[in-house]
Amino acid sequence: MSLIAITEVKKRFGDNEVLKGINIDVDPGEVIAIIGKSGSGKSTLLRCINGLESIDDGSILVAGAQLLPDELHLKALRLKVGMIFQQFNLFPHLSAGRNVMLSQMVVKKTPKAEAEVMARKMLDRVGLLHKFDAYPDQLSGGQQQRVAIARALAMQPIALLCDEITSALDPELVNEVLAVVKELAAEGMTLMMVTHEMRFARDVCSRVVFMHQGRVHEIGPPGEVFGNPKTPELKQFLGVH
Amino acid sequence: MTYVFDFSWLGEYMPVLLKGIGITLQLIAVGAVLGISLGIACAWARALGPKWLGGIVAVYVELIRNTPFLIQLFFIFFGLPSLGLQLGELTAANIAMVVNLGAYSCEIVRAGIQATPRGQFEAGASLAMSPFETFWHVVLVPALQRIWPALSSQVVIVMLGSAVVSQIAAEDLTFAANFIQSRNFRAFETYIVSTLIYLALAILLRQLLRGVGWTLFPKRATR
Amino acid sequence: MMEFSTWDILRNLLLAARWTVLLSLVSFIGGGLVGLLILFMRIGKLKAGRIFARGYIELFQGTPLLMQLFLAFFGLGLFGINVPAWLAAGLALILWTASFLAEIWRGCVEAVAKGQWEASSSLGMGYVQQMRWVILPQALKVAVPPTVGFSVQVVKGTALTSIIGFVELSKAGTMVTNATFLPFTVYGFVALIYFALCWPLSKSSQILERKLNVAHRNH
Ligand SMILES: Nc1ncnc2c1ncn2[C@@H]1O[C@H](COP(=O)(O)OP(=O)(O)O)[C@@H](O)[C@H]1O
Ligand SMILES: [Mg+2]
Repeated sequence: MSLIAITEVKKRFGDNEVLKGINIDVDPGEVIAIIGKSGSGKSTLLRCINGLESIDDGSILVAGAQLLPDELHLKALRLKVGMIFQQFNLFPHLSAGRNVMLSQMVVKKTPKAEAEVMARKMLDRVGLLHKFDAYPDQLSGGQQQRVAIARALAMQPIALLCDEITSALDPELVNEVLAVVKELAAEGMTLMMVTHEMRFARDVCSRVVFMHQGRVHEIGPPGEVFGNPKTPELKQFLGVH
Repeated sequence: MTYVFDFSWLGEYMPVLLKGIGITLQLIAVGAVLGISLGIACAWARALGPKWLGGIVAVYVELIRNTPFLIQLFFIFFGLPSLGLQLGELTAANIAMVVNLGAYSCEIVRAGIQATPRGQFEAGASLAMSPFETFWHVVLVPALQRIWPALSSQVVIVMLGSAVVSQIAAEDLTFAANFIQSRNFRAFETYIVSTLIYLALAILLRQLLRGVGWTLFPKRATR
Repeated sequence: MMEFSTWDILRNLLLAARWTVLLSLVSFIGGGLVGLLILFMRIGKLKAGRIFARGYIELFQGTPLLMQLFLAFFGLGLFGINVPAWLAAGLALILWTASFLAEIWRGCVEAVAKGQWEASSSLGMGYVQQMRWVILPQALKVAVPPTVGFSVQVVKGTALTSIIGFVELSKAGTMVTNATFLPFTVYGFVALIYFALCWPLSKSSQILERKLNVAHRNH
């Protein structure tokens, strides 16, 4: 059974139909790269899967449970699926450690001591244990993004959604974040990531989704999508002729 | 509560109310035009003028912004005559409003001037304009456009604050209400009516100022 | 006629200024509490609450404080009780202050980046948890300077309560003027006392604001 089942999902903003019937099934442990031009609906798709946007039509199932827009279902969903944002969105008034502890404590009601142990473990996993007490504005962009990953991981999700998580980073900081993601993938985490890092998509992902004008235009293993693009749109996007 | 509301006096006293509204409108019209002009002059002095003048203006602005309008009004109307400066109620009220709005708009306009990119001053200078010419032709209009919403709110605040000029017997809307309630013994109803009129005036004034903004600054870029 | 020395004038005014300070404190604290209530209605999930809060803010910010004082004074009078001036003054000032503080604080809540809502949502927090742990702590920090700044308006606002007969600094000024026939001196002193109360508040608001801006730039 697939872990995330996206069926005929449609999403409109006013008259603008941004998702025009999306179908993707993601198996456990799969790493999916979503590529496509700006405005093709990649972010909107991820945000729908995390319940940050409500869908107008179709269905999204995560681990067999349907995504419904009430607070209880949303919370259950978000405990299963974490999300990492382009702009990190760390809580600026909390230290790195507290960032990782907060949601465990208030959402899962984990006792503080336990949450702290988990926070240390997760910060260690992204190589930032020594920054436990640092505040976000004392961290580089790459470090902030790794804390954000640790924060999501601390909720022990079964899948992670990553929306252009390296796009706001200086080039020399991209690799430290990608290395963390690569490790997660190797450990079997299910990942759906919007990315412009084509080399990374080719090396790490099990499948690549090319989105175009609100539709899944092509989908397949990286070798096929990158090596043998079928549609002119994908060829143009990849710059091959 | 067995109180029965009575608004039957409204017709009889309508002319009194209308006259009061007229005075309130006249006060805010004069206050706004002269007050904002004074504010612009003061803002220039503080942001770009000679140091000594900026210092004087700073004292004026701080004094006004940190004392109640009522006391400013009393000082002008009751206090100045002992210096030989006798003023009528309306004149005193007008002066008090201009002086008050002048101080607030000085700070607002100054913020607008300070938000001007350096390059604008440099461009003006490189075109051989004097500092004042640059201020007048290049800096002022975008600065005003930037702060027009804040300035508009301040004008509305001053209009509402003008209710206290009734205390020196300037015959504004509040004065009319005080007069009426002393005759009809219906204080609560009278003040409800005058309060609603003020509310309507505030809403209309806000719309008017928005319209003025659109005509003064038609679609220019702010930055 | 009794002779008043300058010191007599000043002493009388300073004694009355205690009431200005007390009324300011009551109005500011009471207004803060009511303002919080209005704030949560204004930004809450309940449509009726939002509409009520908007109407409340529009009404109290769109009408003269003096009218509100009159209405409180004569409105409370309708209940048949003899209304003491301090009660009407306190009530009107609290409601008036609340409308401004609610609006100031709403601006601060809305100034918190949208990403903070999204990130906390994605971590499974509900509305109340987001507010409590993520949004309000950040809003609180930016709220301090404008809140301190508004306290100046409250102090100045108390002057109007003299008109409904509450004896504070302004009323004392009028009374002393009537006894001494020295309006220039007396109102000059009154103004200076108000200035001494308000200016430190204005200044600290400015300093806090500047500090906050510097802190922001370091992000
Ligand atoms: N909150 C929103 N309101 C209105 N339109 C939106 C909103 N979010 C995204 N859109 C529109 O949806 C389209 C797809 O956006 P997005 O999913 O962000 O694309 P991508 O991430 O592929 O660049 C764009 O045309 C964008 O303008
Ligand atoms: Mg996007």
